Amino acid sequence: MSIWIEEDAKVLVQGITGKQGMFHADKMVEYGTNIVGGCTPGKGGQTVELQGNPFPVWHSMSEAIRATDADATVIYVPPPFAAEAIMEAADAFDSIKGEGVVVCITEGIPTLDMVKAVAYVENRPGVRLIGPNCPGIITPGDRGGAKIGIMPGHIHAKGRIGIVSKSGTLTYEAVAQTMSIDEGQSTCIGIGGDPVNGTGFIDCLAAFEADPQTEAIIMIGEIGGNAEQEAAAWAADNVSKPIVGFVAGATAPPGKRMGHAGAFISGGKGTAEEKFEAFRAAGIACAMDPSELGKVLLESLKAAGLR
Amino acid sequence: MNIHEYQGKNLLRENNVAVLEGVHCTTVEQALSAYDSLGSKVVAVKSQIHAGGRGKGTLYAPETRAHVMDGGVKIAFSKEEVETYATNILGNILVTIQTGEEGKLVSNLYIEAGCDIAHEYYLALLVDRDNKSVLIMASTEGGMDIEDVAHNTPERIHRVVVDPSAGLLGFQKRDLGMALGLSGAALKSFGKMLSNMYTMFVQEDCAMVEINPLVRTGSDEMVALDSKISFDENAEFRHKNWDDLRDLSEEEDVEIRAKETGLSYVKLDGNIGCLVNGAGLAMATMDVIKLYGGEPANFLDVGGGANEEQVQTAFSIILEDPNVKGILVNIFGGIMRCDIIARGVIAATEALSLEVPLVVRLAGTNVEEGKKILAASTLNIHPADDLAEGAQKIVALIGGDE
Repeated sequence: MSIWIEEDAKVLVQGITGKQGMFHADKMVEYGTNIVGGCTPGKGGQTVELQGNPFPVWHSMSEAIRATDADATVIYVPPPFAAEAIMEAADAFDSIKGEGVVVCITEGIPTLDMVKAVAYVENRPGVRLIGPNCPGIITPGDRGGAKIGIMPGHIHAKGRIGIVSKSGTLTYEAVAQTMSIDEGQSTCIGIGGDPVNGTGFIDCLAAFEADPQTEAIIMIGEIGGNAEQEAAAWAADNVSKPIVGFVAGATAPPGKRMGHAGAFISGGKGTAEEKFEAFRAAGIACAMDPSELGKVLLESLKAAGLR
Repeated sequence: MNIHEYQGKNLLRENNVAVLEGVHCTTVEQALSAYDSLGSKVVAVKSQIHAGGRGKGTLYAPETRAHVMDGGVKIAFSKEEVETYATNILGNILVTIQTGEEGKLVSNLYIEAGCDIAHEYYLALLVDRDNKSVLIMASTEGGMDIEDVAHNTPERIHRVVVDPSAGLLGFQKRDLGMALGLSGAALKSFGKMLSNMYTMFVQEDCAMVEINPLVRTGSDEMVALDSKISFDENAEFRHKNWDDLRDLSEEEDVEIRAKETGLSYVKLDGNIGCLVNGAGLAMATMDVIKLYGGEPANFLDVGGGANEEQVQTAFSIILEDPNVKGILVNIFGGIMRCDIIARGVIAATEALSLEVPLVVRLAGTNVEEGKKILAASTLNIHPADDLAEGAQKIVALIGGDE
């Protein structure tokens, strides 16, 4: 098992004819992701060549889902059109299958567009949105697996650690840290660094708790907002599996936006210190340095009798 | 992106939110003629800088740092007083609790007519992460620091969350107004103002609109006495007019240049420069430098697909800061290949004849090739296998945390 995305999940690519979309679609096929085609309005009927094979392009998501019975879609559409791409996918999955996973990689979507898009997705309870402004989701498989996003596939291996993070490259660090102690991953999710996004920490923790393949969890947060604090409090009551945590931004000055649109400390709230404290209070084992995530994870696994 | 109070008030006026008559000035002469044209005996003379706390701030002379005047917002009762205050404000440095010690040079002034205030309130619209919606906050405690109100008397802050598909509804406006103790004409005026402000918030892609104080006049009209408006930078592509509203003198020159080349840079006070890919990893790199006794000189995210040229620009931006005594490069290659980064680092080091110690940590895609390229170079580059080792090495190389 894994969460939300099985290793053979059928995946569509929105914006497949664009430079980014085509580049990453090719990498996904190379990894072993079951890409079944893509969607670019106005380019339906064309094909795109990925790893030497032709893949069909449809005008609309409803056409694409009807033709392929896809389980998920990944969006590489530029910011002005990305929120609508999310809503189109959500509507098509909801009306055709009643469920589906929408992964939005695009960075720089206007916040009020996301307010609208997130409300739209939430009105379609079978549809899950991951992102935007995120690396995506990956379920490593026995041979290949399902890589839906921009992460480097080759650093992953199938295993029992679930990873959830706001940051892309810190997710890769966490993956490398699990590998350094000979552990693989069940599913890794980047939920993105925007202030308004789809899937949050608690959704991921709940899914990892319910997933028999996942035996321990790494959760990585960053400054801004209080999603980490809420997730920690929720985990204290609802998660039985060991959790290891890290929060980026302890040295960030207040009021300054640190790269991610959501990463800033406002009115003394959302600091790394506050989040680390919430983690500790919830019994989450903290690494103060991402290079120590492996060590802390190993200790937690031993304490839980898992090593 | 922040704008000045006078620009915010123009925007409010265009959206039919009541504000007082006012004139934007850049010289003392303009301030005097503004006083005449406003025809109000009492006027407010207001320093225009992006930081808050102007009223309680202090003005200093730019060169000598000699004390000039207390208070960056003054009430003038005569033309002579306007002249005194305008002279004391324009061209001087205003230091407030939000500017830091260096303060900000005041080049813009706003002269505003007075009004008959019955009560002061607080009002703000912002995007709330928890509800993933626009949140409207109001309080009877106007003119005060809202964070203090939230801390001391949280029951005096009232909130309304706007459902994005339904928009702001009539009962929400009434509930909020009544919570503020408004009735009759004042409640009606408040409702109308709130509708117009919400429409403006959405149309103009605001990140925050804060009115502190919002006042009820003696004739029960609701008027925005101050305005603090910021826009969502992600929406810049659909607001061509923002270029005119942007005051570049309020932004760090080097941060603007970094942004133009696709880099995200924030200057800090330490002496170890950082060059990292990814915002989260860039923050973590700063944190780990600090953990091992060093002080980061900057936040710098080169993004997911940086090329050789961007790496070189990143280096030159880091080196512009005279405090930088060493540089830590930390790259976890995903889309970005380590061999490309390695070549970029070498090219930049040569082109800029780098003199400070350089530690490079590479991981991810094509890492072996990247490490080979660095090892083969004759330059003084110290490799590291993980972030902790990289941070420890650079801290040791520059001689600890001095």
